[in-house]
Amino acid sequence: MADKNGFFDLSKTTLSRRTALKGIAAGAGLALAPGFVRYSQAQSSAPIRIGFQSHRTGIGAAYGRWYEKTSAAAVKAINDAGGISGRKVELVIEDDGTDPARGAEVVNKFAKQHKTDIVFGTLFSHVVIGSAPAAGENKIPYFVVSEGHHVASTKLNRYVFQPGITDVKSQIQSMAPWIAANAGKKVTQIFPDFAFGYDHRDYLPPALKAQGADVIAQIAIPPTESSFTKYFPQIPAETEVIYHVMVGPAVLTFVKELGEFYGSQRPQLFGFMDSLEAVDINSPGLEFLDGSHFWEGSPRYAQPDDSAAQKAYRAAVGIDDNGAAVGDPKDISTASHMFGCWETLYVVKKAMEDAGYKGPEDRAKLVEATEALKEFAEGPEHPQGPKTFNGKIHQCFGIQNISKVEGGKLKVVHKTKIEDGLYEPEGDYTTQAL
Amino acid sequence: MRDASPAKTYALHIGVIMLLFALNFIMPDYHQGLFARIMALAVFAMGYNLLFGYVGLLSLGHAMFFSAGLYGAGLTVYHLGWGVPEALVAGIACGALLALVIGLLALRTSGVAFMIVTMMFAQVFYLMILYFAAWTGGDQGLVIQQASRVIAIGGVSFDLTDPTVRYMGALALFSVVLLITLALVRSRFGRVLVAIRENEERTKMLGYDTVANKLVAVVASGAICSASGAAYALLFGYVGSNFASIQYSILPLLWVLLGGAATTLGPLIGTLFMYYVTDITSGFTSAYLLIVGVALILLVLFAPKGIMGSIRERWLGWLP
Repeated sequence: MADKNGFFDLSKTTLSRRTALKGIAAGAGLALAPGFVRYSQAQSSAPIRIGFQSHRTGIGAAYGRWYEKTSAAAVKAINDAGGISGRKVELVIEDDGTDPARGAEVVNKFAKQHKTDIVFGTLFSHVVIGSAPAAGENKIPYFVVSEGHHVASTKLNRYVFQPGITDVKSQIQSMAPWIAANAGKKVTQIFPDFAFGYDHRDYLPPALKAQGADVIAQIAIPPTESSFTKYFPQIPAETEVIYHVMVGPAVLTFVKELGEFYGSQRPQLFGFMDSLEAVDINSPGLEFLDGSHFWEGSPRYAQPDDSAAQKAYRAAVGIDDNGAAVGDPKDISTASHMFGCWETLYVVKKAMEDAGYKGPEDRAKLVEATEALKEFAEGPEHPQGPKTFNGKIHQCFGIQNISKVEGGKLKVVHKTKIEDGLYEPEGDYTTQAL
Repeated sequence: MRDASPAKTYALHIGVIMLLFALNFIMPDYHQGLFARIMALAVFAMGYNLLFGYVGLLSLGHAMFFSAGLYGAGLTVYHLGWGVPEALVAGIACGALLALVIGLLALRTSGVAFMIVTMMFAQVFYLMILYFAAWTGGDQGLVIQQASRVIAIGGVSFDLTDPTVRYMGALALFSVVLLITLALVRSRFGRVLVAIRENEERTKMLGYDTVANKLVAVVASGAICSASGAAYALLFGYVGSNFASIQYSILPLLWVLLGGAATTLGPLIGTLFMYYVTDITSGFTSAYLLIVGVALILLVLFAPKGIMGSIRERWLGWLP
């Protein structure tokens, strides 16, 4: 096709049908060559692998099981709708034994052996804090569903995010206005004498003070305690509200003994659902809780005004109207927390698509894309409710539910606003190097 | 134990160190990281073995010495901004001092009473960590930031978060402690410890101050365990109360039993074996602890002296 002078004259170039067919055949041959196929799959259609750090054994096992169910349901929903950027999503699960040392090893295993794209799903705070250094050192984004304040405290590192569940500081702050206005102004706190209890010990008094109410006594109960009656005389007589956040197997004894101590004349009771996650509210001994109120992240029982998204979410995860596994009414879910897995996976999807994420080489881009997110609208991807996200502290903020125990069920009586839970950021992860 | 020429014994131990050094360059990334952790924890097992294997004192409270080192190093970095070498020394000093105090009190007992007393002290230590949560981070623990885990020596800085630097750091500690342990058990002092284990009354009758010798052994054991704890905090960046729980008093006992009590290399082999059994089986079943338990029972039934102990008994009688 060179002209007489030896130069290409594009105006005179004609493409015959035979030439075109040859070109197409050559292109197709190239595309079908084994090496090319592998390359194109690796870049465009190989699954996105999400390392799921699961509490399959240890004290977090009840949560771990439901976190796995919820995550599997979310992955199925995402894949049914085309995956992330057209690529299927695959969960790779490793048990961390709810142990921080093992947790760090599991993060290393995901990063170096399984070569997953991200790590996801951790609940217990000590495991998150123990694993965070490994995530930072491997430069692998670590999306936790923990509700602890540790991420937002900016004491971890730039690779750790909590975009699918609010943190405990925000939750407590959101509860204070309702408690002061509806339950009473003189509050006695009973909490376990370890970090989960300390969050409540430290954040509730200032939050109530701002609402004109007071914490008049704080009773810390050692984690080794199995009987509680001896602590109850410390509750001041003028107490209007008992704010309790006991957790673990001892909670049934705690409630039973509190009931025996007060009989029918009791102050108002306000608790956090963490106490009774995976526990049947109608268990013998819990009758005393009738008429009391609880914080719930996402309601355990189906509510008359549930949105279509909430209904679809419950069906996808497989929980019935009582918050138990479909077909097994005794298998109570951890509804207050596990929605966070569903929502976090959709945040990951959004951030990966925003970042044009192709593979591990784009992890830094994924971090920046996640930090750039601002809000998540209520809907199928965020069935618990709308949320805002603060990219500087890697933490989301959302609505909370206050539910009343009535006739052996929990009925939502109040929903807080996102603004109720906002607080001044304590630092800025975005100033850390990637 | 038949006596071997020192050259043969030292050659074996230096050979193990050289093998571990070489492994750094050929192992896949994940195993390199796992080996660093195993070597740091094998030091814990070696400290435990000194007391359990050579003196015959079964402690159920060694988690307190490990965590004294962990917190001694971790808190000085976290709250006082100390450098890595100073923090390591602080951690070891905390462990040694604690071991001295605990030794003075607990050595008034022996046998089952010693187990119970050490366990009770360890429980007190654990609950103190929870009680002083404002400084220790309680059950959630604290993260030692990456920037604080850098050693600067003569203008060259070593970042302990770098996998190779971390591996070499763990290997250096492991090697030093292995050679110290070897020298210790081959020394006159080591022979006295074995004599105490075999027959304390007779050793006393021969004119040895057995209480003083046992106290030195407790302090040496505590210092080695705290060196492991301090290294763990600095190498892996996490300080948490679960390392002070009863579980971490039982783990070194299992590692030593598996590897072979009163053998210098047993603690490494036991830690390595247990870590890999857990790591591999947890990929197949959530009942991996059951498999670990079955492995332990089989070992107790068929090789009660542990892996290295059985090798010594059957083939290599000169192993220290």
